Amino acid sequence: MRRDVFQAIADPTRREIIGLITQNPMTPNAVAESFNVSRQAISKHMKILTECGLLSYSIEGREYYYTVQTSKLKEVNDWLKPFKKHWEKKFDKLDDILANLKPKKHGRKK
Amino acid sequence: MAAKNETVFTKDLANKTMRITRTFNAPLTIVWRAWTDPEILDQWWAPKPWKAMTKSMDFRVGGSWLYCMQGPQGEKSWGIAEYESISILKNFSGIDSFCDEHGKKNTEIASTNWNTNFSSDGNATAVEVVMSFKSEADIQQLIDMGFQEGFKMAHGNLDDVLEK
Repeated sequence: MRRDVFQAIADPTRREIIGLITQNPMTPNAVAESFNVSRQAISKHMKILTECGLLSYSIEGREYYYTVQTSKLKEVNDWLKPFKKHWEKKFDKLDDILANLKPKKHGRKK
Repeated sequence: MAAKNETVFTKDLANKTMRITRTFNAPLTIVWRAWTDPEILDQWWAPKPWKAMTKSMDFRVGGSWLYCMQGPQGEKSWGIAEYESISILKNFSGIDSFCDEHGKKNTEIASTNWNTNFSSDGNATAVEVVMSFKSEADIQQLIDMGFQEGFKMAHGNLDDVLEK
């Protein structure tokens, strides 16, 4: 099973969980209370998020408090980089071409 | 010479769109031509080391541009852009899809909606490309396929974190 940040955020419920925990460290029970799905389902999502490195937990007393690993989230941002590079490279090429195109050039072959 | 103009990317997660803006140091008529004339498009549409090659182009509403991008090993990826609206020197929009060399669309892969706007600013021209996907599933598919050409998906909080 693939376990990476993209799989983690592929699911809308998991994204909501991240959004929620971003605000405050939370216990699985507290998270489950915010959703209309079963505790088991939430627990499974949180397990996946933890395995993907997006959540980590600390134990206080008998409770597990989950926090979001923001450094891991940055990876999501990074995947846009190749896309940006792609366009920047294209536009650099276009700059060169535009420099060589004459504004008033008529009679270009049809 | 002047530094390269900046390519600006913005994403609108709620609307599943991404916007790319770039200013080119050339008059509007020239920039428009560069985006709509296949001979010129072939020269820049594919980023190095890929090459774009037009098979056919019919730049009018209802028409399409069938082209391929050829990689350094000769591998080819075909695409088709279907034009839905054209307003000369201002805007054109359409749908981009993956296809085969005959233009038969690959329905397994999500299409992207494109809206390209041009605006003149003296001797420079600003181009804005707005790409939008139909669904989050489409975006996810593109990521899974490794095209890395979708949009970041997240809700508000997540996005705030990413922006930090």
